Amino acid sequence: MTLSPKLRKWLLYAGVAAVVAYCLAPFYWMLVSSLRRTSDIFANSPFPTRLSFENYLAVLDPSESFTRALLNSLVVAGTTTVVALVLATFTAYAMARLEFRLKRLVLTLIIATSMFPVVSLVVPLLKMFVDFGWINSYQAMIVPSMSFTLPLAVWNLTAFFRQMPDELEHAAMVDGCTRGQAFRKIIIPLAAPGMFTTAIITFIAAWNEFLIALSMTNKPEMQTAPVAISTFSGASQFETPFGSQMAAGVLVTVPLVIMVLLFQRRIVAGLTAGAAK
Amino acid sequence: MVTTQNQAAPRALALPAKPPRRRPRATSGTGRLAALLVSPTLLVLVVVVLYPTLVALKDSLYGTPGLNPKTGFVNDTDPFVGLQNYGAIFGAAGARFWNAFWNTTFLTVTTVALETVIGIAMALIMHRAFQGRALVRASILVPWAIPTAVSGLLWRWIFNSNGVANALTGQHILWTTEGFHAKLAVIIADVWKTAPFIGLLVLAGLQVISKEVYEAARIDGAGALRQFWNITLPLVKPALLVAVLFRTLDALRMFDLPYILIGAKKTSVETLSMLAQDQAANVRFGPAAAYAVILFVYVFLIALAFVRLLGADVLGDDGPARTRRWWLPRRRTEVAA
Repeated sequence: MTLSPKLRKWLLYAGVAAVVAYCLAPFYWMLVSSLRRTSDIFANSPFPTRLSFENYLAVLDPSESFTRALLNSLVVAGTTTVVALVLATFTAYAMARLEFRLKRLVLTLIIATSMFPVVSLVVPLLKMFVDFGWINSYQAMIVPSMSFTLPLAVWNLTAFFRQMPDELEHAAMVDGCTRGQAFRKIIIPLAAPGMFTTAIITFIAAWNEFLIALSMTNKPEMQTAPVAISTFSGASQFETPFGSQMAAGVLVTVPLVIMVLLFQRRIVAGLTAGAAK
Repeated sequence: MVTTQNQAAPRALALPAKPPRRRPRATSGTGRLAALLVSPTLLVLVVVVLYPTLVALKDSLYGTPGLNPKTGFVNDTDPFVGLQNYGAIFGAAGARFWNAFWNTTFLTVTTVALETVIGIAMALIMHRAFQGRALVRASILVPWAIPTAVSGLLWRWIFNSNGVANALTGQHILWTTEGFHAKLAVIIADVWKTAPFIGLLVLAGLQVISKEVYEAARIDGAGALRQFWNITLPLVKPALLVAVLFRTLDALRMFDLPYILIGAKKTSVETLSMLAQDQAANVRFGPAAAYAVILFVYVFLIALAFVRLLGADVLGDDGPARTRRWWLPRRRTEVAA
């Protein structure tokens, strides 16, 4: 490169600023809009002229049942994550550590299921769940969500388990551990950062799910947060409540943003503390 | 996520395509243990994926209940119509189907292409940034973490006729009405949300390239552009291909973004998923299932093409594995987790 080091440094700063602006500007706009008063919701100033929490109060008003939607999302995404993680941990361990016939085929099939278009699963499952009387129930959303969270978790965890050297486990088994003990006492603690990461990714995927939650519910009190905000209507039918929508969007996203920040720290901890290095 | 990429990638790179990894294991009888560990997952997937898919295939051969000519009442059961639903798709209902098909294809190609270019640019910047790296990483995860439903609302607000997009560009475009600008709005919103994801995967690929390679190139007199084309891009290709594969498969089943940003039943942005969902919502399960099956076959063919592409890559150093070539899970499973 013929550029002077100083110029390169400034170009890099500009690039970093551009990336950060690209990622955060729309999110920032949502935040700013949610803090405007209804009367100046169409203002385009980069800061709210008068800070107002009226949109948040409107969203959290008991009549909107939005808090209930957040709770529903938490239950559905949380249960999905826990179940997927438990099942995936066993499977991923087998995939990464054991040799058995048809292993490649099984892994291929598990991964392949994640590419199935969700819509082609929802239609028959909807019919089935109507017969079960499961419409407007948590399990009607949790069970179909396994179709994409489980392959995701298996895939992530398999990679994590593979990264850990065989030698640790072998050493433990030479020292008298059974395979089960080695798994519990060596693999699981070492894989904890990886499992945490997998849990986060799975949770976000489940939390963001829209099509299943839309199809399996028709009562507002059973809707998850993404569906609830998409059907959000204000007091007047002819006025779209943009401010409330943005406030609801912020509320749905904030748990994820907090997790992303925690997730960062966890990665650093995993890097420095990993015995596998 | 970055760390996992970072560590998974070199291993995958180092592995030949088909090493029969049969190191002697410490215990015997792993087959039974493996079956025990794997079967719950398989069972769940059979129930929630395989069975519904077969049911969809069956449903696609049935029509909507018509009138019974003898009684004059609507029949309770769906009549078996054979391949009529498919016939209708390529015949009478063809216009709407082909529109949805081309919308799906167009949106997939344009979004994935733009995301790839922007993602690579982001990765190159992040790779060189040492100060503020944590900030960049945290902010790059924000678009990825935002639910698509929220991002649809957010962009509908930005693209409002009195919104900030028109204010900044000095235009008066009605973005969310029918027309090419609706496609553009969907593309912009989708690229914003998913380019960072490609950036993250490419960054992981970049981090495993050793500095010595670049030093050697510099000594040989290769410029920055040459280094990018001849070193960075080829070495990052495995990670990039996996990222592009996943984005492509995801874009092909796009539903929530156009549904919320523009609306249902809009010709400009109706995708195959939206078409199938719309049919199902109108209790036309037979045609809905037929659309779903066609989408499934389309996704499957694209995935197959990609895996072959990846496979062709791996097979450079792997002669006898020809028969294995087309399912080749090893590469896909190991690179991108």
